[in-house]
Amino acid sequence: MSDNIKKAADAYESGVEKSLGKFPERKKEFTTVSKVPVKRLYTPLDLASGDYLRDIGFPGEYPYTRGVQNTMYRGRFWTMRQYAGFSTAEESNKRYKFLLQQGTTGLSVAFDLPTQIGYDSDHPLSQGEVGKVGVAIDSLADMEILFDGIPLDKVSTSMTINAPASVLLAMYIAVAEKQGVSPDKLEGTIQNDILKEYVARGTYIFPPEPSMRLITDIFAYCSRNVPNWNTISISGYHIREAGSTASQEVAFTIADGVAYVEAAVKAGLDVDAFAPRLSFFFNAHNDLFEEVAKFRAARRVWAKLMKERFGAKNPKSLMLRFHTQTGGSTLTAQQPDNNIVRVAIQTLAAVLGGTQSLHTNSKDEALALPTEDSVRIALRTQQIVAYESGAADTVDPLAGSYYVESMTDRIQAEAEAYIAKIDAMGGAVKAIERGYVQQEIQDASYAYQMDVESGERVVVGMNKFQVKEGSPKGLLRVDPIVGEQQAKKLKDLKSRRDNARVEAALAAVKAAAGGEGNLMPPILEAVRAYATLGEICDVLRSVFGEYQQKVIL
Amino acid sequence: MDDPAELARRARGGDARAIARLISMIEREDPARLAVLKLLHAWTGRAHVVGITGPPGAGKSTLADKIVSELRGRGRRVAVVAVDPSSPFTGGAILGDRIRMMRHATDEGVFIRSLATRGHLGGLSRATAETVRVLDAAGYDDVIIETVGVGQSEVDVVRLADTVVLVSVPGLGDDIQAIKAGVMEIGDVFCVNKADRDGSERVLREIKSMLENAVLNGAATRFTPLYDAMACMGAASGENAGAEDAVPDDEAHRSFFRQRAPSAADGGSGHHGGTLPGYGSLAIPPVLATVAETGEGVKALVDAVKAHEAALALTGMLATRRRDNLAWELGKALAGRILARLEDDGRRTAVAGLAGSVMDRQTDFYDALDALERMLGSRQP
Amino acid sequence: MDRTIRVLVAKPGLDGHDRGAKVIARALRDAGMEVIYTGLRQTPEQIVSAAIQEDADVIAMSILSGAHNHLFPRVMELLREKKVDDVLVLGGGVIPDDDIPGLKAAGIAEIFTPGSPTPAIIEFIKNNLKRKA
Repeated sequence: MSDNIKKAADAYESGVEKSLGKFPERKKEFTTVSKVPVKRLYTPLDLASGDYLRDIGFPGEYPYTRGVQNTMYRGRFWTMRQYAGFSTAEESNKRYKFLLQQGTTGLSVAFDLPTQIGYDSDHPLSQGEVGKVGVAIDSLADMEILFDGIPLDKVSTSMTINAPASVLLAMYIAVAEKQGVSPDKLEGTIQNDILKEYVARGTYIFPPEPSMRLITDIFAYCSRNVPNWNTISISGYHIREAGSTASQEVAFTIADGVAYVEAAVKAGLDVDAFAPRLSFFFNAHNDLFEEVAKFRAARRVWAKLMKERFGAKNPKSLMLRFHTQTGGSTLTAQQPDNNIVRVAIQTLAAVLGGTQSLHTNSKDEALALPTEDSVRIALRTQQIVAYESGAADTVDPLAGSYYVESMTDRIQAEAEAYIAKIDAMGGAVKAIERGYVQQEIQDASYAYQMDVESGERVVVGMNKFQVKEGSPKGLLRVDPIVGEQQAKKLKDLKSRRDNARVEAALAAVKAAAGGEGNLMPPILEAVRAYATLGEICDVLRSVFGEYQQKVIL
Repeated sequence: MDDPAELARRARGGDARAIARLISMIEREDPARLAVLKLLHAWTGRAHVVGITGPPGAGKSTLADKIVSELRGRGRRVAVVAVDPSSPFTGGAILGDRIRMMRHATDEGVFIRSLATRGHLGGLSRATAETVRVLDAAGYDDVIIETVGVGQSEVDVVRLADTVVLVSVPGLGDDIQAIKAGVMEIGDVFCVNKADRDGSERVLREIKSMLENAVLNGAATRFTPLYDAMACMGAASGENAGAEDAVPDDEAHRSFFRQRAPSAADGGSGHHGGTLPGYGSLAIPPVLATVAETGEGVKALVDAVKAHEAALALTGMLATRRRDNLAWELGKALAGRILARLEDDGRRTAVAGLAGSVMDRQTDFYDALDALERMLGSRQP
Repeated sequence: MDRTIRVLVAKPGLDGHDRGAKVIARALRDAGMEVIYTGLRQTPEQIVSAAIQEDADVIAMSILSGAHNHLFPRVMELLREKKVDDVLVLGGGVIPDDDIPGLKAAGIAEIFTPGSPTPAIIEFIKNNLKRKA
């Protein structure tokens, strides 16, 4: 059969070559947004070496190329989860209630930068940052307000928190305790992925070694006490935002994942005890087919690694479950309404790629934090894809597309080549310390920028089809007074709480940090005593030291 | 600030803006700088100039950062000159060494300046020597020069620094090769950074054995004259102790001797001087292990650097070395002037003419050279 | 005399999104400038002190967290305190149009928002240096 196809394909190509003089193509070379060449036509020949059962298989079955559940969205839609949070706990609490009322099915908490870096709101470095990119949380008292009136056994909550993840998770557990909800009833995710902070996102605190320990302590603690909690969300999102290609996004994320699994195994955990709770977080970019292929390839690469390298037996350990966010860096400040369309395409990519949950960006995010109106449109975009497009009604609808399957193979091969290279360097931690990962991302980022500037790559409304625009109106602003309010709340708290209990609890955290034991129990105790985030992190800083940025240019 | 006397006065008073402005004048070879440098000359020669060199990725900037902290802890004012390469294509440069030293940015006792090589080879910028002099005159007790780190061409720093720290690191395959190829001859103190990595013991051992071989073979190293001088004095050190008022710190002198004395436990894992079996005690410079990230070993490194300075002073080698360096620099500056004179319009034609006649075999090369020399001796081309 | 333009590129505040700052740094280098890159989490005090020691002609800062109204003017204030009036100061990042007049009044010469092409930034620097070339 394939001989006939080959003959016909050759005939087609030579026919095209002849007509090109008269009907030239738009460009000499077509490439994906990741600069990978795209052929004129894909045929069964591009899948010649494939084996359906081995490489593609069935949904809910190894290697999970077609998805991790057997019915996918015919059972239930992905979780529509909008990342939100700003200003004070009171304001964010209002936004969460609004979102739940609008039909979101899971919360996603954005913290401000001081919280993410373990500084209290009254720290000198927090000046100007309090409540800006997320909610300011200084202590359990703020967390109680944040989830006031939201029953924690009824929602699943994702928290974008990394370096101080243990502390915020402890606060969440403590709020649940106060609501009478036991930890085993809690569902949600902490990002808890420090490696990508070093390469792409920048909210690190401690050096790699103690950071990896904090992470494995969480794995161990949750497997016993908070069994339905996703203990990490291994994130390619920010790697892509930093300018990587699609293959690099898969490769570096999974290499980080391998590092976490190795650290946990080394710490004595059984792979099947924690691996089912590992989750991933990817970006959805504009290049629709490349993105769908990326998600499918990622599932296959992970399943293979977990099975072959780590000998995982539990099928849940092999499944790459992931959250997706549409690509923030694809949004333009120019003609912001166009962003709605970009987000719609990206939503489709995530859904066709089989995501477990999705955040859609709002059209105004290249300008400021999103307003309620623009958040609603973003959520509606997901709902339209879910209810109206039909894309969710059959499993993995693009499977079998010659283009998508061959691109899935290609991304898998490129990712595996990167992973092999990183393995040869001694793993992701070493590769990051060396600056290798950073260098690869930056080169891709710079190449992309140059393509945009030369006009090689068109960004509608930005480098082509521009219009004269007035200033966008009605952007969300965070009142600068928030910083002062938080500082005052802190002062009150410190005068009200049992400071002797705080001292004792912090001393216990310090002792645990210097020793071998699991850090979660003493951190939970400190949180219950209303020790502040900054106080707890300072104690850890005093034992662990601080990470110094490795800058590669 | 255009008045040279005013600029010199302010620079000497430690005014950061004046110092910075002056360094920029040096960088662009502004002739107006000369008047200021002349005024500052009397206040130079006080700082201990320390070069840090080694391959890229050895952690030189992080090490410099930690050395600055250690020296600040000892109450010294410190300046750092960090050199990075300029792009040969655009002339631009990214100067990134400062990133690792930003903690010192607001410390009044620290001055950090990044220089681009601007086409100059040899691991430093053309402006480095004059920059060091300005910082010296501005009252910085220690001036640290961090070189580009390109391996074998790190030769300039030898002519500028009193003490050269050669940094190595495990895991760079060709590192040791570069050292073997002669870079080792420029070090006064040797340091293996990132010593928490696998393979550091091996690098330490290799460097020590290379140093020992160099001594055994009587190779010309940077450190042998000092060791010879110390060996002479060592015999007499008992009676000399305290008698020499040029010696800033006799303890440092003694500690440098201790470092080269082999310890009984030194079975290859000790980081100081070692012995060669069957040849008795052999003087080699200190070879230290550091982990700059954590600061481990940095105190010992600074001790060794300071002991080296003290030993130089004690033996009179400091003056010798500085005089030799100045002689070399004078020669180089003169060569520069000669080249500049050859570039003069009238002379350029004459040189081209001479070259032509050499090419046409009308004159031989050496006659042409003599003719050129005579021409330079005269006022007019 | 050919004068090399020296630019200090800094990320004040706590946000870790340095993709833009790094792209700018590389583009300025490729335009023949010397770029002193200072990395993440820099305080205004550190930035001003580094700019003085490096004798920078330009300070280029990027903030994506929304802290610009606090941090950019603070840098200008410190420059004035140190009597530095010949440094061109630029800002970039996610900055609403409404904030731009205030920042310019504080002394920031220009604000570059997302999508600003690097050649425009390079041109702006070349045409607006406060010191004579």
